[in-house]
Amino acid sequence: MSFNTQRNKKPAWRRIALSAAVVAVTLGASACGHLHLIAGGAERPAAAEFGLGPRPSAAQLYTATLLPRQPLRLRQLETVPVRIADASGRPVAGVAIAVSGGMPEHGHGLPTQPRVTRALADGVYEIEGVRFSMGGWWQLTLAIESPAGADSVTFNLSL
Amino acid sequence: MTLPIRLRLGAATLASLLVIGSAGASGRGPAERLKLEDVTALALDSLPPLPRDAGNVRADEPAVADFGHRLFFDARLSANGQVSCATCHDPRREFQDGAPLARGAGTTDRRTMPIAATAHSPFLFWDGRKDSLWAQALGPLESAVEHGGTRAQYAHVIARHYRQDYERLFGALPDMREVPASAGPLGDARARAAWNGMSRVDRDAVTAVFVNVGKAIAAYERRIGYGASRFDRFVAAWKRDGKAPADVLQADELAGLALFVGKANCTQCHNGPLLTNNEFHNTGIPARAGLPDDRGRRPAVAAVQSDEFNCRSRWSDARPGECAELEFLATASAALERAFKVPSLRNVAERAPYMHAGQIATLADVLRHYNRGPAAPAGRTELKPLGLAAEELRQLEAFLRTLSGGVTGPAGYLAPPSSHE
Repeated sequence: MSFNTQRNKKPAWRRIALSAAVVAVTLGASACGHLHLIAGGAERPAAAEFGLGPRPSAAQLYTATLLPRQPLRLRQLETVPVRIADASGRPVAGVAIAVSGGMPEHGHGLPTQPRVTRALADGVYEIEGVRFSMGGWWQLTLAIESPAGADSVTFNLSL
Repeated sequence: MTLPIRLRLGAATLASLLVIGSAGASGRGPAERLKLEDVTALALDSLPPLPRDAGNVRADEPAVADFGHRLFFDARLSANGQVSCATCHDPRREFQDGAPLARGAGTTDRRTMPIAATAHSPFLFWDGRKDSLWAQALGPLESAVEHGGTRAQYAHVIARHYRQDYERLFGALPDMREVPASAGPLGDARARAAWNGMSRVDRDAVTAVFVNVGKAIAAYERRIGYGASRFDRFVAAWKRDGKAPADVLQADELAGLALFVGKANCTQCHNGPLLTNNEFHNTGIPARAGLPDDRGRRPAVAAVQSDEFNCRSRWSDARPGECAELEFLATASAALERAFKVPSLRNVAERAPYMHAGQIATLADVLRHYNRGPAAPAGRTELKPLGLAAEELRQLEAFLRTLSGGVTGPAGYLAPPSSHE
């Protein structure tokens, strides 16, 4: 996490424009009816938080990158390789990974129980048995353990 | 609708012109913002090829399917000689029976499910307790309230009436003189005693015949699919012509489609070309009075993992590693409590009453249920009240009716086999 040590010095007109933009986006979203989809209570993160990585784990012990061999589909069991590197970018062998996740907006977890079934070379592990049962915002959380320590990383995916 | 045809066409044209012309325009309804990419995934031509059934190597052989066709309609495969698969899965009625609860030898606790395109479904039954079509077919055959018979009895039926066909496809039948008239592990006390009195070799031989009966029926069922509906023709014309056609869906139906993919949230579960994600969800369906508690998927995950005929069983042709659905099954989630399978919405208008014990009589009632989102009798409903207006519910129903397109199959498969076969 980075800390903004500078005081916010935006001019007033910028603040008003920003507020107007937020209001416009909100009105647009409610016209689409999407606001009341957010029933699980979670707020969708910014676009930069989405994607396959590389993504640092919470305590920065690891960096993880999802490496699907083809675009992720709906309704099919998927195998998703993930590369685990340490803080200096070196691939890490011999980690244990537990997979969890779900759809925060709907308040449900994963419809299957994926797990790592194979360790390949160069810190790549195959997660098998992932299924995305509907379109929308999914989270995939990997709890990673190795002699270097335990940490977790969450990917945000839009399907 | 009683509007003259020109007015109806005019309304539809207006609606579709608005659909084409106004991405992002403010003050328009959802139908006007509908995009082709919102709907192509729901069209029948997005259906992937039939997945291979790893557990049934004979599943795609036409001769095996022909044999299964005959078995499907044969009422001799029942204790009272009056119940065939077609008794409940009537091809003239979408392969179902229009009744709240299925009736064979007795009355079951659940609604008959349609069979079209079920080869695309990893789990069968409302609770998914079977993981293949062939394993599913064997369930009702040995259920006391459905076909009511036992596997030994069915082996005798095959030997008496189908010996040549069976042996040509599957090899020699066992010596039936050693086999009791009725015996099986799931029958009444007498049938179970007779089963336990058989040698292990004889029991396996009879089970092998029983398994082949299931695999043949599954090979037949695999070939039953959904016909193209007016909705599919709408999407096909839109893709072909680059603009939404004016004369395929009426204004209400188009508005219903926009709601379906939009704020009615239907595509959360009813997604893909079969309008089902094949998952299990608790939608707060009320319990039917007089029936035992129905916990749906929750107990069924253990049942499918220990099923005698599952993908991992000795009767399955699957090799190690080919049973991924069982391998990665979610077993421990509380969300499975009173969760039931999402049915396909194709031909849904033809299949009243609705839900797992036929609890909801009409489509209009179904939509009112989703709009209200009442609490579930057990577990937790995933529904949230939608706040749709009565007119919007009518539009949704109008759209659902456009999904009817009948069922398809090879020549003759939608009727009993002709007698010369």
